[in-house]
Amino acid sequence: MESTAHRFPENARRALTDENLQYMLRKSATGFQLRRRMAADRLPEFEDLRDQGRDIKNHTLAHLDVYLEAFEAKVNEAGGHVHWCPTAADARNTILRLCQAAGAKTVTKGKSMIAEEIGINDHLEAAGLVPIETDLGEYIIQLRKEPPSHIIAPAFHVRKEQVAEAFRAAHTDLPPDRPLDEPRELITEARLMLRRRFQEADVGITGANFLIAETGATVIVTNEGNGDLTQTLPRVHVVIASIDKVVPTQEDAATLLRLLARSATGQEFSAYTTFSAGPRRAEDADGPAEFHVVLLDNGRSKLLGTEFQEVLRCIRCGACMNHCPVYGAVGGHAYGWVYPGPIGSVIDPALIGIEKAGHLPNASTFCGRCEAVCPVRIPLPKMMRHWREKEFDAGLGSPAVRRGLGVWGWFVRRPRLYHAAARLAVRVLRRFGAPGPLAAGWTAHRDLPRPEGRTFQELWAERNRRSGRGEA
Amino acid sequence: MVTAFSHSAGRPRVGLFVTCLVDLYRPTVGFAAVRLLEQAGCVVEVPAGQTCCGQPAYNSGDRATAADLARATIALFDGLDYVVIPSGSCGGMIRKHYPALLADDPVWGPRAAALAERAFELVSFLTDVMKVGAVTARCPARVTYHDSCSGLRELGVKEQPRRLLASVEGVELAELPGAEVCCGFGGTFCVKYPDVSARMAGDKADDIAATGADLVLAGDMGCLLNIAGTLSRRGSPVAVRHVAEVLADMTGDTPPIGAKG
Ligand code: SF4
Repeated sequence: MESTAHRFPENARRALTDENLQYMLRKSATGFQLRRRMAADRLPEFEDLRDQGRDIKNHTLAHLDVYLEAFEAKVNEAGGHVHWCPTAADARNTILRLCQAAGAKTVTKGKSMIAEEIGINDHLEAAGLVPIETDLGEYIIQLRKEPPSHIIAPAFHVRKEQVAEAFRAAHTDLPPDRPLDEPRELITEARLMLRRRFQEADVGITGANFLIAETGATVIVTNEGNGDLTQTLPRVHVVIASIDKVVPTQEDAATLLRLLARSATGQEFSAYTTFSAGPRRAEDADGPAEFHVVLLDNGRSKLLGTEFQEVLRCIRCGACMNHCPVYGAVGGHAYGWVYPGPIGSVIDPALIGIEKAGHLPNASTFCGRCEAVCPVRIPLPKMMRHWREKEFDAGLGSPAVRRGLGVWGWFVRRPRLYHAAARLAVRVLRRFGAPGPLAAGWTAHRDLPRPEGRTFQELWAERNRRSGRGEA
Repeated sequence: MVTAFSHSAGRPRVGLFVTCLVDLYRPTVGFAAVRLLEQAGCVVEVPAGQTCCGQPAYNSGDRATAADLARATIALFDGLDYVVIPSGSCGGMIRKHYPALLADDPVWGPRAAALAERAFELVSFLTDVMKVGAVTARCPARVTYHDSCSGLRELGVKEQPRRLLASVEGVELAELPGAEVCCGFGGTFCVKYPDVSARMAGDKADDIAATGADLVLAGDMGCLLNIAGTLSRRGSPVAVRHVAEVLADMTGDTPPIGAKG
């Protein structure tokens, strides 16, 4: 996906005036937050679980090579194949090759952010295949030809009237006067259309929430059951996952699953949690003939041992964006690349470069709500600050802000000069208000309160002189 | 917690870190802090060489400037029993971020950690350290309170200001819906992304209006300037003050923040 992260300010402005988007953002503003809060409150050990989740992930990352190799060995043992893909292009080509080898025409797909990251749909389409999204939200945005705006609710930004519009435009073989006003009618229609596709598909692609080293199983959670149909009906099942998805044991996966749904949607558990381990065995009732795991690095291993390692703990629950006031104001598309919200502001610069994604870690007030709700306690604001440090050291970022900070930095290191300048500045500010381009950013939307007119330091010195006390 | 006071006749010596915004914009808050601390039995000193805690540099990725300011601040407050800050975000900077910023420095790292232990946001210092349970002040108004992000999430300041406000004669406290949601200030954020910031500040102003309060309080000048500027642009009649002004009974001394005239 082409990044527009470098245009974040314009993207955000457009988002702020997009009525449909604003309607959806306001409508959903606190729903996720409330449900998470209630789920957490119902579970006395929730905070302990968060510590455990963090520790499991830290341990895994410290021995990532060991667990990935153990996982591969188990997959092989079960008759499956693991394909190691250093880059997005490797992963795209591997999947295309697998599809072509299967003689596939139609490919069904479960929801996967990694699939978005590598842009698999475009790649398959360019080769003449037909990828079909089977998650309702993904299906909607596929019809609308746009990327997801939320990592667990891809069509978060779409109103139901817009869904109906997309369905009418796409499903031309259905009666044009059919009613599509109710969510139920939309879901029924989507089911009907997708059912046909499930039958036709030769390859099913799913993501993975976890890869279990102990058993070689991959785990997905869904609420629609579409993942199960995607992976059991076609002859070939391809799992696409990034290397940070591996966990040591089934028990560890269970711990993280207890955190995942509660943090994401406030459910105790997602409606479907599906473990897939290898192709169909002789005694199995169903399952694919071939089982492949495409394991993507795409820059993640470079984060190991750096100040960004902890971000690889992420279990993609979406809680950080559900609680982010910036995400809540502009939605996901404004961020301009695959991962929006606080997690995106940390991971996007790692994956596409700080030169392209520099705005994202800056577009945060460091209010800290993301870190406060992250199930695996990723210090997201701290990591955004690390990106700002990288940007600063590289001389990137807004020249006006850098210049302003430079002048300010010179003064604040020289207390006497600083206080003299401050005394003057508050008098000017009081009389004339603030000049300059930085003030324009402020005064476009709000007034700049006038200062009282004298600095505290000068008044304090005066008071001490009067009372005969010296300056401290 | 440090209890071995270098007593001045048994009273703890407190260094007030004024903060650059209070120094420039709202000296009244500094005097309110001094009054509250003195009422609580502290001897207050204001080291003259202080400028800024360094947070703007730190959050802009300029660690060198931030570390210079951190070292200067640490040195200035050496020897005092406590450093008290009438701001959650500068308080968070000194308490949480100085130790992290200087962690690799064998000399300044331990000094930063020692200062962090003695550094407190004003209101929580009064309640948690000086065990102040009530103040003598009067402010007949319907009041609402915005929790500044850093004070709340970095320092755990939540019920302390509410508890002291409850003791102010005439105050009728109306809880602010979304009190824990950021007001959109965010330091340089508000000038780098003014449109997003304005949307957040606008939501805050709506929430404030919904409480029917005549007066909105917070513990951080950044938030207060943002909220006051937004309310004033809307022509809202709601007054804006730092919580210390009310607790120190100084609302008669100066007009509210951003009041026209
Ligand atoms: S960073 Fe934390 S809160 Fe955000 S998606 Fe990842 S696990 Fe969830």
